[in-house]
Amino acid sequence: MPTVTFRVWRGDSEGGDYQDYPTEVSEGMVVLDAIHDIQAQQANDLAVRWNCKAGKCGSCSAEINGQPKLMCMTRISDLPIDEPITVEPMRAFPSLRDLVTDVSWNYEVKKKIKKFKPRDPDFEDGTWNIQQEDVDRVQEFRKCIECYLCQDVCHVLREHQKHDEFIGPRFLVYAASLEMHPLDVEDRLEDLKKANGIGYCNITKCCTKVCPEHITITDNAIIPLKERVVDRYYDPIKKLLRVITGG
Amino acid sequence: MADYRTHEYDVLVIGAGGAGLRAAIEASAQGVSVGIVCKSLLGKAHTVMAEGGIAAAMANVDERDGWRVHFSDTMRGGQYLNNSHMAQIHAKEAPERVRELEGWGALFDRTQEGRILQRNFGGHRYPRLAHVGDRTGLEMIRTLQDHGIHQGVQVHMECTVVRLLKEGDRVIGAFGYEREKGRFLLFKAKAVVLATGGIGRAYKITSNSWEYTGDGHTLAYDAGAELIDMEFVQFHPTGMVWPPSVRGILVTEGVRGEGGILYNSENKRFMFDDIPDLYKDQTADNEDEGWRYTQGDRDARRPPELLTRDHVARCIVREIKEGRGSEHGGVYLDIAWIKERLPNAEEHIKKKLPSMYHQFKELAGIEITKEPMEVGPTTHYVMGGIRVDAETQMSNVPGLFAAGECGAGLHGANRLGGNSLSDLLVFGKRAGEHAARFAKDAKASAVNEAEVENIAIECLAPLENSEEPNGEGPFQIQYELQDLMQDLVGIVRTKKEIEEALERIQELKKRSKTVSVPGNREYNGGWHTALDLHNLLTVSEAIARAALAREESRGAHFREDFPAKSDDEAKTNVVLNKESDGDMALVRQPVVELTSEMSEIIKEMK
Repeated sequence: MPTVTFRVWRGDSEGGDYQDYPTEVSEGMVVLDAIHDIQAQQANDLAVRWNCKAGKCGSCSAEINGQPKLMCMTRISDLPIDEPITVEPMRAFPSLRDLVTDVSWNYEVKKKIKKFKPRDPDFEDGTWNIQQEDVDRVQEFRKCIECYLCQDVCHVLREHQKHDEFIGPRFLVYAASLEMHPLDVEDRLEDLKKANGIGYCNITKCCTKVCPEHITITDNAIIPLKERVVDRYYDPIKKLLRVITGG
Repeated sequence: MADYRTHEYDVLVIGAGGAGLRAAIEASAQGVSVGIVCKSLLGKAHTVMAEGGIAAAMANVDERDGWRVHFSDTMRGGQYLNNSHMAQIHAKEAPERVRELEGWGALFDRTQEGRILQRNFGGHRYPRLAHVGDRTGLEMIRTLQDHGIHQGVQVHMECTVVRLLKEGDRVIGAFGYEREKGRFLLFKAKAVVLATGGIGRAYKITSNSWEYTGDGHTLAYDAGAELIDMEFVQFHPTGMVWPPSVRGILVTEGVRGEGGILYNSENKRFMFDDIPDLYKDQTADNEDEGWRYTQGDRDARRPPELLTRDHVARCIVREIKEGRGSEHGGVYLDIAWIKERLPNAEEHIKKKLPSMYHQFKELAGIEITKEPMEVGPTTHYVMGGIRVDAETQMSNVPGLFAAGECGAGLHGANRLGGNSLSDLLVFGKRAGEHAARFAKDAKASAVNEAEVENIAIECLAPLENSEEPNGEGPFQIQYELQDLMQDLVGIVRTKKEIEEALERIQELKKRSKTVSVPGNREYNGGWHTALDLHNLLTVSEAIARAALAREESRGAHFREDFPAKSDDEAKTNVVLNKESDGDMALVRQPVVELTSEMSEIIKEMK
């Protein structure tokens, strides 16, 4: 079995540095396996966040050789192993310790998005008539595992630190899943325009590229939401009508 | 003095998977203050992994279904050791819990008529599982999470509870730590709901995450609650076997529900060779009938691949042991073959089983639309757990409730697929409701400061021990335990092996007292693992003791030295509790009696 060097960032909010851990790797291993081996054998106190180890929970997000990825879904055989493999925490979030970051901001943002509000039921038993195609339309957005890799890579958050004015791709996808939900009757367009700062997104599609669930974030979620906002607030004919009717 | 922050709630829910979230939502709806503790981040709990669906007799696909059929299927699957009252409540209330979820925004796959679609699953007579592709668990937990955050529930993420606090007989709170800084937390509560899930991490090959260390089982046991049915651990028949690092990751039963077949290295569909008498009348005796069943033919009987999980797992083990296994020590599970029967098979598979497609492609380099998977049994679920009252979910300790996997009774000797998600919803709601009621009537209580001080000192021991040169690391003990449980108290058990396991568990218990961990309290994985050892060792001992006591083979418990069912054992549950000297006591108690109506139903559905 070959030995590969893992260059792991160790530190906390005060700062830190990379440490090298030579680790034996075997067929099929993913980066998270190597991190576990290091934790069990060389550094018991290594901080790492993970859960399902099957790409379903979105806990083990990190930057591997500079690329935002899930550690559990990154096979070592897909990386060059003759040089050290760098593993570091998501850089767009405050560091807690080693590979673990403070993602609590995301949870605060979600709370501020207006919750699901269904229309009245269609059937007497209190249920709804929904067609499969209506389910399929939002399925893509509901696949999101909240790994926040899209937030990590979004330059509005990462470089420009607009956390107070922009909710980031994850929550635009969330808003899309509600806005396009076949039962939802809530109106979130004003929030999207103002509080959620959808205008900040200049569709560079970085988020789409890193999504482990392959959600076409920009094209399928953000752009249609932008269109809805534009349609309501910037359509010149509608604007004129509003002036005339005073609406 | 130990330094800790105090939080006070009427109801404290420990665990934030489906059961915990549903309990918290319900308790909050009753107008009491609610705190919920998650071991991980919110929304990452094990429920997220559930693939197949939620069993609920809504009869949207087959009008012959109803709560009576669901009840009798659950009892048959559990080999009649179930708490029949729980099975009845579950079957009756599951449909309403699913519809309610839809009202909170969950989206399920649909029938032509626009109603919730239901799929076939092992042991369920009619198509019964509400689902969305193969990611039903994600849909469910996200719906509960997104609904819950608007209900005024206080969420404590990445916190672990290490001990329950009592005053007299009654539970009055809990003590734990938060991962980030390792600070201690004291929760004062008038009622506590445990919803911590299972014990899978006691085994080497498991579909469960690191969180599944039997926390709730142990917290309750240490607080004087009874554990029941601990010998029954479900080994899911289909986990991944290759490559080694993904061994144990779940392959949904939905693959077989959609027509997937099992065969051995001789290309033989071995499941046709061994159909238990209890299921003979309901099982197809030829391949064509089995296929028609999966495609919705109401006159066809289910293929033998969809027999109960305990049975399928044992058949797979037999094939492997007798030298007919696959290349890497499993058997083959093939869904690609359906292209012989369906025109758009590739698209169909990707649509019905998207996350399986993804999982095999990314982790094993296998295209399941073109080639077979290799699968083998993986530790998946524990039927045993905290003994609770069927109506209220309260344990024998006043103020202590349990729901979901850590509670017990519904599933008996073996759980049917899909009955877990419905269990979470039905009994999560009940636990929340009754915990809130209990809290409203509860009197004020006082925490014993000296007790808290002692717990804090115990918790810090692994870090203090790091000065000792001889202290072992926690991972070594965890790995040894996982190896021994896998080898000695696994799918096939004998007296000799279980006794050996018990001896070695006692040895590990001693060694666990002196483990040492380097570093400080901040997000220290080693320290967390050290603190979880007590729980893992406790549930392992409970499983082994119960497995030794049950001298028969039934459901998920298979004794090579007692391969048949015993009429005497059929009438009792094994119950464990902690004696005052700290030893584990075992008693047998008669199973909950059936009402005459239940007996009628079971007879009628035979």
